[in-house]
Amino acid sequence: MGNMIELFSNYTFQIVALGSALLGLISGVIGCFSVLRKQSLLGDGVSHSALPGVVMAFIILGSKKTEVLLLGALVSGLLSTLLIVVIVRYTRVKFDSALALVMSAFFGLGLALLTYVQKIPNSNQAGLNRFIFGQASTLLQRDIAFMMVCGVTMLAIILLLWKEFKLFTFDMEFAQIIGFPSKGLNLLLSFLTVLVIILGLQTVGAILMSAMLISPAVAARQWTNKLWVMVILSAVFGAVSGVAGTFASSMIPKLPTGPAIVVCANLIVSISLLFAPSRGLLFRVYQRKRIINKIEGDGRDVPTS
Amino acid sequence: MSPQVEILIISVIVAVSCALLGTFLVLRRMSMMSDSITHTILLGIVLAFFITHDLSSPLLIIGAALMGVVTVWLTELVSQTRLLAEDAAIGLVFPLLFSIAIILITRFAGSVHLDTDSVLLGELAFAPFDRMIIGGKDIGAKAIYTTGILLLINIVSIAVLFKEFKLATFDSVLAVVLGFSPTFVHYWLMTLVSITAVGAFEAVGSVLVVAFMIGPPVTAYLLTDNLKHMLILSGVIGAINGVLGYKIATLFDVSIAGSMAVMTGIVFMLVFIFAPNRGLLRTILLRRNQKLEFAKMILLFHLYNHSDGEEEAGEYEVEAIPVQLNWDSKFTKKIIRMLEQEGQIRIADGIAKLTEKGYKTSVQNYNTLFS
Repeated sequence: MGNMIELFSNYTFQIVALGSALLGLISGVIGCFSVLRKQSLLGDGVSHSALPGVVMAFIILGSKKTEVLLLGALVSGLLSTLLIVVIVRYTRVKFDSALALVMSAFFGLGLALLTYVQKIPNSNQAGLNRFIFGQASTLLQRDIAFMMVCGVTMLAIILLLWKEFKLFTFDMEFAQIIGFPSKGLNLLLSFLTVLVIILGLQTVGAILMSAMLISPAVAARQWTNKLWVMVILSAVFGAVSGVAGTFASSMIPKLPTGPAIVVCANLIVSISLLFAPSRGLLFRVYQRKRIINKIEGDGRDVPTS
Repeated sequence: MSPQVEILIISVIVAVSCALLGTFLVLRRMSMMSDSITHTILLGIVLAFFITHDLSSPLLIIGAALMGVVTVWLTELVSQTRLLAEDAAIGLVFPLLFSIAIILITRFAGSVHLDTDSVLLGELAFAPFDRMIIGGKDIGAKAIYTTGILLLINIVSIAVLFKEFKLATFDSVLAVVLGFSPTFVHYWLMTLVSITAVGAFEAVGSVLVVAFMIGPPVTAYLLTDNLKHMLILSGVIGAINGVLGYKIATLFDVSIAGSMAVMTGIVFMLVFIFAPNRGLLRTILLRRNQKLEFAKMILLFHLYNHSDGEEEAGEYEVEAIPVQLNWDSKFTKKIIRMLEQEGQIRIADGIAKLTEKGYKTSVQNYNTLFS
């Protein structure tokens, strides 16, 4: 018990847990829109595509500051999203194929650049790797502050444009017809998605970031049919899995934080899929039993032939 | 053989076998499943390693292939509950399995050579160091033989089951009706994808297997409508990507696998822009032409409709046309000029008049559109 209290008062733990919770919260909110728009895998694509941007930013600006590298990541993430949109619009190639192609080509470019950087003498490139797998333990206080600013801005945008985003997510044609700037909204929502993915790179890494977008939203979806409830639940689930994952990785030696967070998030998903009222699998089984009982229990309710 | 030639041979073999399978993945809209499988086979390898404690055991490949199939099965199981969309199911299952794999590696296998970097990123340059020695004689790099066998399995599978693969890909309902089993074809394809991914990831790393599998078929998809041609084309494009990628890599001294993936992207972009029938330039040109043709048709109809009013037959004031049709006046002038050049209308004193030919075209258009 004393061990736990000691852990919670540990400065590093506080920082990392706060960072993971923040990330979980923001990605939970944005993830709802991605999942509902059936663009869940965009997160996976963008997070891979961010790598060449990170390395490029380092080559051009020569800085290893998180903001600089994330700016590069943002640029190449947006570029890849744009490319996917263009390919889908002008050819018969489907979204998933375009996504797979663009993301792997970008990631390959990132790798090639990374090996190039490693050969520059005294370039002190160590640490760029952390964007592939993520290292929550490298979070600093200023990273948290940066995350906080971005998070608050994004939440404010979502709140301000709530009605527009909601309409756009559920009925794009209708939104277009009644005169909302659908292209602008689409771009803004994609921008927010890319931004949250970029923020997550440092904590959970490129490969696991997609899970942070999808899992809380999918879990939240099972409990409600209302968007605002779903968004709030998703934010809570994201934050809880962030803290729980960090906690688990501090308590158990040699347990990496990113994967631990993903496993926690998926635990919540499993519970939701099984136990959620009216949508959950158990409820479905129970309801089926009840109907069968009703039919077989007294035949008067059903016409007999 | 020199190491350079060996690397080239390996990369071409890997590229071709990936491209052949990828064709079916792209056509079946399962591109992202390749991404999923290439990540989760790591878990299969780790689990098999815990059983054998030997990194060169063939059991590792079997474990990985099994895990690939399990991934597909799990994803389908989750999406069959209808509680979430199919893409969300993919995005849910593979990060989870991958996370478990990473946790197992860092917790229990930290001391052995099974680091996540080598699995995910791969390094083709090291492939020639692993020799195939039979009876004390060195007969080339081991990877040539392992990837060669994989290529053989893929080619034989596709050749023997071509009809079944084709039918299950384009019309699975018909396949069921005719007594084929699309489920069997589906899982056999997924097994092939898994073992190919295992064979390839050692050389090129798991993320870039996706580039090899999806890039060439998508490129070929823009060039042909025939499945056989698409298979051959993607094989050829894959091989070209491999060779060019290797040349670039040696030129700039960078990661071979990385530069092959970049090459895949570049070749796709070139085809995407310049493809004869489905390229970007062609599409834009086609869409612009369509717009012009449509505008010409409308203007002719407009003049024709006014030919039985109080005004003189087929006549109309040029100045009034943009207002009437709600068109941009510059655009209207352009259309009028084009029609005049084609001899469909005549302009005199600011009055547009249909010619004989214009009447005919108008009637003809009407008939083709509405009768």
